[in-house]
Amino acid sequence: MTELLQIKAVTKRFGGLVAVNNVSFAVREREILSVIGPNGAGKSTLFKLISSFLSPTSGEVLFRGQRISGLAPHIVARKGVVRTFQETTIFKSMTVRDNVIIAHHLRSNATLAGFYLGTNTARRDEAEFGRSADEIIDFLDLGAQRHEIASTLPHGHLRALGIAIGLATNPTVLLLDEPFAGMNHDETVRAVEMVRGVRKRGVTVLLVEHDMPAVMNISDRIVVLNFGVKIAEGTPKEIQENEKVIEAYLGAEDETIGF
Amino acid sequence: MKRTRNILAVAVFLLVVLIGVPWLIEATGRLDLYYTLTSVALLSIASAGVWVTFYIGRINIGQGAFALMGGYVSAILVVQYGVSFWLTLPLAGLFCAAASVLIGLPILRLRGVYFAMVTLVLTEVARLLALALPITNGAKGMVSIPLPGGISIFGLTILPDFATLANPRPAFYLVSVVLMVLCFAGLYRLVHSRIGKLCQSLQQNEELASSIGVNIAYLRVIAYAISSFLGGLGGAMFVAISQSIYPSSFTVTDSVNFMLNCFLGGLSYVFGPMIGTFVLYFGWDFLFETGEFQLLIFSSVLIALMLFLPNGLLSLRLFGKKQG
Ligand SMILES: Nc1ncnc2c1ncn2[C@@H]1O[C@H](COP(=O)(O)OP(=O)(O)OP(=O)(O)O)[C@@H](O)[C@H]1O
Ligand SMILES: [Mg+2]
Repeated sequence: MTELLQIKAVTKRFGGLVAVNNVSFAVREREILSVIGPNGAGKSTLFKLISSFLSPTSGEVLFRGQRISGLAPHIVARKGVVRTFQETTIFKSMTVRDNVIIAHHLRSNATLAGFYLGTNTARRDEAEFGRSADEIIDFLDLGAQRHEIASTLPHGHLRALGIAIGLATNPTVLLLDEPFAGMNHDETVRAVEMVRGVRKRGVTVLLVEHDMPAVMNISDRIVVLNFGVKIAEGTPKEIQENEKVIEAYLGAEDETIGF
Repeated sequence: MKRTRNILAVAVFLLVVLIGVPWLIEATGRLDLYYTLTSVALLSIASAGVWVTFYIGRINIGQGAFALMGGYVSAILVVQYGVSFWLTLPLAGLFCAAASVLIGLPILRLRGVYFAMVTLVLTEVARLLALALPITNGAKGMVSIPLPGGISIFGLTILPDFATLANPRPAFYLVSVVLMVLCFAGLYRLVHSRIGKLCQSLQQNEELASSIGVNIAYLRVIAYAISSFLGGLGGAMFVAISQSIYPSSFTVTDSVNFMLNCFLGGLSYVFGPMIGTFVLYFGWDFLFETGEFQLLIFSSVLIALMLFLPNGLLSLRLFGKKQG
């Protein structure tokens, strides 16, 4: 397995606060890697650093050996590293289908002028986006909501739509920030399957999640952050047995880390 | 089905404005209406520009600056360089678009009130520039600008020389209405193409838009350039009709009105600025009778309208479902 992403000694300071402190790890092709840690550990900040919504104070992120830190987020997305948001972030007043169609932006062959004039390339793009959007919508079980305005969807469907938007960009690496938050047991089970399905499509998945049973179940490997510092890295089994991790979570109940 | 209805609506609209209105004006002898309606057409073009910036989620109170800029560009080219007015018309638009790229690059990072405030200042800056620059002839303005010449292709007269017409007003009316129709047709296409969806994505969530790979800075600048192009076009045409331009030809009040026109017509409808301009312009004139209470009544009605019809007059769906 090759290393797709390398996070190299990345540090992010917000004034006096070190949100991410000298964190290094690598992400392999087609794995599901989860980043866990208590609230405020720096997980979301790490994701923003990887997707280049933030620039690291020091250190760098490499994608396929090339530095992506410091590039504009849309350029990093173009390279294949795409982030979805912790909050349910969608285009609220568009329909589900339009949300997914618009997210195909990176796959356009036509230029803006081409879309304006309705050239053949543009029309082929539009047809392809529509077809692909429908496929993604069905894949994520959103078929019945296809023509609903996104803001009217219930929570679980919003998360699915967030993932659909991510998938539509045809990412190499998809960063999902708390995709299971606010879901009940059944919804989570379905969402876990969804994420597995995403990986089956050849996508490497990076996950931030607090739902420990789900994380242990789905992850190939886990990275643990505490106060911005990486305290452990390994398979779910290794993480569950790791002293430091248990200590970090000791404030909470033991169950949080178990099944 | 929907297509047929749209074509029909456009045909009726064209018949009314190009034939019906002139016929009515001639029949009733209200020749002053030519000027009024021409103004509405041109102001609605400038308002349409403001609408485009609304469409990417920016409140633009600076369109007066570009109307003024377009007016001066055209006037200077006509008077000092003897360029045909019809050529200066697109040139004025393009000049404004280019200027707006330079202005927009830094200021389009701002959102909400901050962007609105900066654009408001822009109108004032444009006025002060017009006062100060030697080429604009300062406070004295530029007067007696020659009327537009004719256009002919292969000996075929497309537009007559306006100076030879006994009364150029009907001609100005027709040209302005055609210009308006072309601008709105262009805008309609924009909104209904993928670009419209991209603009909406900016309006709804810029961060998400950039995470799906949209170059938001680029798209914002393009939208602002289109907006300013329309402002310059409207301004240039206005100057040709009044044959004069002063630093006070377009002021902060005009900028505010352009924005109100959009609000009033409806921000989610392409034709909102057209309806808004029409209603606002005639509403204002209509209230002239009330003398000193004009502004008070006018403002109260506006506030009431915005409270009760937050999505603008077109949300009444008088014209069918023209969802932008
Ligand atoms: N833009 C910012 N400016 C200042 N401080 C920030 C900023 N973003 C995050 N922080 C701080 O950095 C720390 C890490 O935040 P982050 O959002 O990365 O945590 P997290 O691990 O995602 O937490 P949660 O599990 O609650 O989502 C927190 O103390 C937070 O307050
Ligand atoms: Mg977080």
